[in-house]
Amino acid sequence: MVNIDVAVIGGGSAGMAAALSAKENGVENILILEQGNELGGILQQCIHNGFGLQVYNEELTGPSFAQKLIDEVNNNNIDYRLETTVISITKDKQITYVNEKEGYVSVKAKSIILACGCYERNRGAISIPGVRVKGIYTAGEAQKLLNIENILVGKRVFILGSGDIGLIMARRMMLEGAKVLGVAEIMPYSNGLMRNIVQCLKDFDIPLYLSHTIIDVQGKEHVEKITIGKVDKNKKLIKGTEKDFWVDTLLLAVGLIPETSLTQTAGIQLDAHTKGPLVNDRFETTVPGIYACGNALHVHDLVDFVTMESKLVGRFVAEDILSYTTTPNLINVFPLEGVNYVLPQRLNKDVKEKVTFYFRVNKPYKESKVEFLDGDRVIKSVKKKYMLPANMERITLKKDEINNISFDLKVRVSEI
Amino acid sequence: MIKELICIICPMGCHLQIEMDDMKNINLVTGNSCPRGEKYACKELIHPERILTSTVRIEGAIHPMLPVMTDKAVAKDKMFDVMKKLKEVRIKAPVKYEDIIIENVCDTGANIIASRSMDKYEKL
Repeated sequence: MVNIDVAVIGGGSAGMAAALSAKENGVENILILEQGNELGGILQQCIHNGFGLQVYNEELTGPSFAQKLIDEVNNNNIDYRLETTVISITKDKQITYVNEKEGYVSVKAKSIILACGCYERNRGAISIPGVRVKGIYTAGEAQKLLNIENILVGKRVFILGSGDIGLIMARRMMLEGAKVLGVAEIMPYSNGLMRNIVQCLKDFDIPLYLSHTIIDVQGKEHVEKITIGKVDKNKKLIKGTEKDFWVDTLLLAVGLIPETSLTQTAGIQLDAHTKGPLVNDRFETTVPGIYACGNALHVHDLVDFVTMESKLVGRFVAEDILSYTTTPNLINVFPLEGVNYVLPQRLNKDVKEKVTFYFRVNKPYKESKVEFLDGDRVIKSVKKKYMLPANMERITLKKDEINNISFDLKVRVSEI
Repeated sequence: MIKELICIICPMGCHLQIEMDDMKNINLVTGNSCPRGEKYACKELIHPERILTSTVRIEGAIHPMLPVMTDKAVAKDKMFDVMKKLKEVRIKAPVKYEDIIIENVCDTGANIIASRSMDKYEKL
């Protein structure tokens, strides 16, 4: 069996950034395994701009951002396989993959980085009522068909979900000649960037229906009509608010979930909140030597943050390969009131450097404070002017602040 | 005349009210929390511009479409003219990232450039 140092599963932004950083930090024998027919992952279909400001100090499209990473991967002679599907990984870091050229292959790695991205929630995941007809797509599917394959999936479109993917697709379909009749959002606020509300909806006079959801889908073979209705604060339909739209297409932009099917065979523990693997401050999962980063770990807002996080993980992997020390004493990190999730979920008792915590709030907050607690003792308090569930927050604790923790670490948010 | 805008410079999303006279001069901007809001309002009301991203047909490449973009922002009301122009384009691989596909598209002063490289591709 072939031995490699680091196997990276997924050749998107996370996988490429992690591989590049591992190489930069001294690992020679790296292999990226990618399912698609080229590197770049989902960035290749995200042809809009707005990427890259944090990492490259310029505004790039998705393919441009991918191009920069792909060029770096090639310049550094990092090995990769395309059109390759990983079938399983094991606790002792044996990887089995298949592709047309090599067939069925097993390799043994010192470390594995899970960088296989996320998938979209679909109709089943949110139980939309109505008939089972053609013409219902996730926004990402419609995006791939349009931007990569040149197939416009419909002419009269309604979109459920006001996250950035839904908003971007509303503009894209309008520019390509379709009519987008509206976007419905079950929450009383949008989950997308204000810039996208303005430039994707208002620019094209597309109405946004907040506190609305789809209550019926009708049609014979294909979608013909959808019905939306207003919901109260318990997300229950308010009778008499129903509104019909005659459409041929319904796009669903209702959330992303980390892709974790490979974690099962290795016995990696998942976090119920992020739906991704549970990791420590070095992004190591509950199986030693297996790491996770990018959207496979938790869903990010920006590819810039995916790239920065993955570069950090690439360095940790390289350092751990050179001098690995296990520290069985772990501190648990919990979200308290106001916080949906916090990551990493565990800390080594003796952290080697500062740790950045990523978290999301559970509703919009103005003028509030974020507190980190060790038992009842507040060890850090940070004031925030404005926080939204759609924006991932990041706060860094110093090495000393963490190494003095004696109980658990908890994070809470409250208005001032 | 009072116009309303939502500022998009930061996540605050301030609701701006802009007082304009009949000559479309801006007299007063209110509702902004910082000076950036005023600057945004002036730009957005007098000459709104957008970067446009789309695709053009390409032959002999890994995909049938090449992603492209304007190399600077173009007037908002020219977006559909540019889209129409892009439908006429047929190019052949290879293309390099940032190659110019159309110069001065629709007299906007902006070029259409390739968002990525696409080599010649033959499926084995």
